[in-house]
Amino acid sequence: MIKFLLVGLLRDRHRSLFPVTVVSLGVILTTLLYSFMSGMMNDLIDSTSRFDSGHVKIMTSAYHELENQLPNDLALTSTGSLLASLKKSYPGYDWTARIKFAGLLDVPDENGETKSQSPVFGLGVDLLDKSSHEVERLNLRKALIRGRLPEKPGEVLLSDKFARKLALGLNHKVTLVSTSSGGAMAVQNFILCGTVEFGITAMDNGAMIADLSDIRFALEMPDGAGEILGFNKSKFYSSENAGKTAADFNGKFFNPQDKFSPLMLTLEDQNGMGEYIQYADSMGFIIVGIFLIAMSAVLLNAGLMSGIRRYGEVGVRLAMGEPKGHIYKTLIYESVLIGILGSFIGTSIGLLIGYYFQQVGFDISGSLRNSSIMMSNVLRARISLTSFYIGFFPGLIATTLGTALSGIQIFKRQTAQLFKELET
Amino acid sequence: MKGSEIIKVHGLIKDYSMGKQSFRALNDVNMSVCSGEFTGLVGPSGSGKTTLLNIIGALDNPTEGDAVVLGKDVNSLSQAEGALLRNESLGFIFQTYNLLPVYTVYENVEFPLLLLKKSKQERNEAVMKALEWVGLTAKAKSKPNQLSGGESQRVAVARAMVKLPKIVLADEPTANLDAANSHNILKMMLKLNEELNTTFIFATHDEKVIAYLKRKVVLSDGKIIDDITLN
Ligand SMILES: Nc1ncnc2c1ncn2[C@@H]1O[C@H](COP(=O)(O)OP(=O)(O)OP(=O)(O)O)[C@@H](O)[C@H]1O
Ligand SMILES: [Mg+2]
Repeated sequence: MIKFLLVGLLRDRHRSLFPVTVVSLGVILTTLLYSFMSGMMNDLIDSTSRFDSGHVKIMTSAYHELENQLPNDLALTSTGSLLASLKKSYPGYDWTARIKFAGLLDVPDENGETKSQSPVFGLGVDLLDKSSHEVERLNLRKALIRGRLPEKPGEVLLSDKFARKLALGLNHKVTLVSTSSGGAMAVQNFILCGTVEFGITAMDNGAMIADLSDIRFALEMPDGAGEILGFNKSKFYSSENAGKTAADFNGKFFNPQDKFSPLMLTLEDQNGMGEYIQYADSMGFIIVGIFLIAMSAVLLNAGLMSGIRRYGEVGVRLAMGEPKGHIYKTLIYESVLIGILGSFIGTSIGLLIGYYFQQVGFDISGSLRNSSIMMSNVLRARISLTSFYIGFFPGLIATTLGTALSGIQIFKRQTAQLFKELET
Repeated sequence: MKGSEIIKVHGLIKDYSMGKQSFRALNDVNMSVCSGEFTGLVGPSGSGKTTLLNIIGALDNPTEGDAVVLGKDVNSLSQAEGALLRNESLGFIFQTYNLLPVYTVYENVEFPLLLLKKSKQERNEAVMKALEWVGLTAKAKSKPNQLSGGESQRVAVARAMVKLPKIVLADEPTANLDAANSHNILKMMLKLNEELNTTFIFATHDEKVIAYLKRKVVLSDGKIIDDITLN
């Protein structure tokens, strides 16, 4: 009997090839859609963490309150000992200090007179220390357009667009005018050694990247830092792990009474990223949900159609003395088989294509030209554990449900009525 | 050769509800059939032939009265018991053949035996014998769409006969066949009736069929108006 049914399934393309194809296509699309959604989300988290938030970030709570104003007078002091204990207590993270600053960039001519001037946003990061991962983290080598990376104190990078706007050539002197941590005016000369472009619009409009120790010197904050960032050594942000680390750290180091004690925030605690992630999650959920409903409707319909097509067969099998329940069961088994096969093929192909776009990605810089979101210009898919079942189970369930419903349609009718339809 | 009574219908009423109204398709039908009969329910279109045949075949329930088939009251059978009765004792032949299109002739005829859980060897013997009766052993591997109408109906006869049922119910079996094929099929069924003592009940208004019948039960507007034993 089982052989008999399998033979029928294989020979009848309307029962096998067609539904398997429909299920596969639906599952491929669902899997891909989900992978791209999580790829985009991952990308956003990734670039935000690299350039701004870290996976976790330590600031004084006073600095945190006014973070947008880059209040370096409220920055952390004696970061050397703090970094040492961080490295010891949380070895799963890579720790690094940064100073964000704002000021004016002055370009003098041969006589020392101002040739051009522009406001600048800057990042003091650990570029020269051999053990630092900042160069890779900020992707500086790839971002380099002209010149080279800083190799000795006093050298800086500017975003390429910005340098062109100021008509600045390589090895030209630039002067940073800013405010020291003590509130006085700070003036420091640098040499432009290279220009960069990150492909992140927010960073490409007017940024300066300098070595941390130069900025410490310029802003008179020896051993100080606006923030200390922590990056999970696995390279991936884990909400759970970051939350635990922050709770543990704050329990030991943070004193709510003392506005200058260090406070650790996770990526989600910063810049509304948590809400954004939640929003994106629920958007993803909704989009995939709508898609699933559409796919289920198609599969349901396909199931109904094939059920109606099989009225004749069902009538004959009933007349031969096969019990209704048995026929119903075999119809369901068939659809489970179809569902598993289609979902398996669909998931495999979906994952394969997804994997390709995870590795290669495609360029969407055209549509992001004016965006200030910290998102890279290459859209990538991301295969996660969920990608393996987000299409599979709906594919299987929709197929089975379609058959179950069409089966009920058949059996709600009087047996004799099925034969009326046989006769016409 | 007439044997024991195997079908007894008593006070049978069948109402079809059509919205608020209902339509009486069978109105107090009483009849009995003995084993080995070659009987036809005849009458004009709409007289209730198919309805009566379906009730006897446990495919439909009467509104009132009872129909006892092989000692079983079809009205009180569960769905599964009805299926068992059809499986073990009844063979059906339809106007439109109703072969399963994806299966070969052999597999179509084999199907009732699969339901009866016969062994492979038993199945093989029975299928080949049934195909021999209808003269289609050469077409065993063909698909239904490669057969003529006459051949298709012969396969349907083989499928109904393969399990050697006590009763074969045939609803307008010749309606889609030409004269030559009709006679061919009827001769075959008559032969099986005589050799195997299988009871045949037809629903028909085809004169060609009526000419072969040994008994004619005439229906009109849901009532039996005549019951004639022939030759
Ligand atoms: N499901 C149904 N609902 C309502 N009326 C029905 C139904 N089935 C049959 N009837 C009616 O019952 C009557 C008897 O139908 P039946 O099919 O038994 O006739 P028949 O003698 O087989 O006719 P034919 O020779 O055309 O096949 C007809 O008038 C038909 O319209
Ligand atoms: Mg009829």
